[in-house]
Amino acid sequence: MTEQEILAGLGEIVEEIAGVPAADVTPAKSFVDDLDIDSLAMVEIAVAAQDKFGVEIPDDQLKDLATVQDVVNFVTKNAEG
Amino acid sequence: MRAPETAAGARILSFGGYQPDNVVTNEDLATTIDTSDEWIRTRVGISSRRIAPATETVDDMAVQAGGKALAGSGLSPADIDLVIVATCSTEAPIPNSAASVAHRLGIVSPGAFDLNAACAGFCYGLGTASAAIRGGSARNVLVIGAEKMSAWVDWTDRSTCIIFADGAGAAVVAPADEPGIGPVVWGSAGDLAQRITIADRDSYLWQDGQAVFRWATTEIHPIAIEACERAGVAVEDLAAFIPHQANLRIIESIARKLGIPRERVADDIVHAGNTSSASIPLALARMAERGELESGSPVLLLGFGAGLCYAGQVVTVP
Repeated sequence: MTEQEILAGLGEIVEEIAGVPAADVTPAKSFVDDLDIDSLAMVEIAVAAQDKFGVEIPDDQLKDLATVQDVVNFVTKNAEG
Repeated sequence: MRAPETAAGARILSFGGYQPDNVVTNEDLATTIDTSDEWIRTRVGISSRRIAPATETVDDMAVQAGGKALAGSGLSPADIDLVIVATCSTEAPIPNSAASVAHRLGIVSPGAFDLNAACAGFCYGLGTASAAIRGGSARNVLVIGAEKMSAWVDWTDRSTCIIFADGAGAAVVAPADEPGIGPVVWGSAGDLAQRITIADRDSYLWQDGQAVFRWATTEIHPIAIEACERAGVAVEDLAAFIPHQANLRIIESIARKLGIPRERVADDIVHAGNTSSASIPLALARMAERGELESGSPVLLLGFGAGLCYAGQVVTVP
């Protein structure tokens, strides 16, 4: 998967779970500060990301993922193939 | 040995619910702990909850709810031959709640036991009642979920004291010519047992909120699907979905995954709080009182929580 594809997929997930328009889910945005997404919503997003990208994001690693780009990087790094 | 007298099915005759008069709002909590109405409403979905005074016990609340269910059932106390109290918060280990509650309700020498499956307790109790009736072990069963969670919560701990509350809900279950209570789908995740604990009689309720949230929003909706399949009821035909009132975010997440429209989903938690095993029957009793449940329609009950345990079944509205 390309970074663009991951970003687009993440945007869909965030829109469905948190109601934030996918177009607003851009790399530099902070989940908490810019997108108003709290830790519970992050858990749901992590679970949906696992379904979509096949990459598990455990709770203890999730807390270090502050921005959209952090998640994209994590998925890119841990994706298979 | 002779075979027992079985019944073709079991059905719910009536509901009853009770919560203490004492209302504790989010603003009340914000005066003593570092929280706010907005934070509580967005994280948990609760606006206010009912908290019992020190003198009010689990048994007291169970008697209130049980009495109402009995009164609405058309049966007399003498007709009840089994009382099940689902609870995890009684003050004393013995005697159990069920025998005392039965006595106080004027029910004469029924089978009586308490059942601890925490927040899944009422669904476990209903499944057990249905099986007892169908298998010939009981005729008419009073199932009560009753909890005084406030007695086990650290009122300085904002991660728990904003959530839990007190109350009881009950149902009278009777034989029927066809099933009015679908097969229970129950299970547990003992590997996660330490995620929600009250360590001993001198300890407070503790939970790993994030881990529990993740479990509830990933592992529970498949149970709902299976419960519907086993009852032969399509998810889209459910008139209502009454999950354990753990947290509005969890409730909405599970409902979304099942594709159930929000207006069919019970959200009693908003003014009731999380009352563990009482939450499902309390929600049912209130929805019935408000005329929100259509007689004869199928609704899905789904409990999940400490254990970690879960159970769900489709039931027909009386």
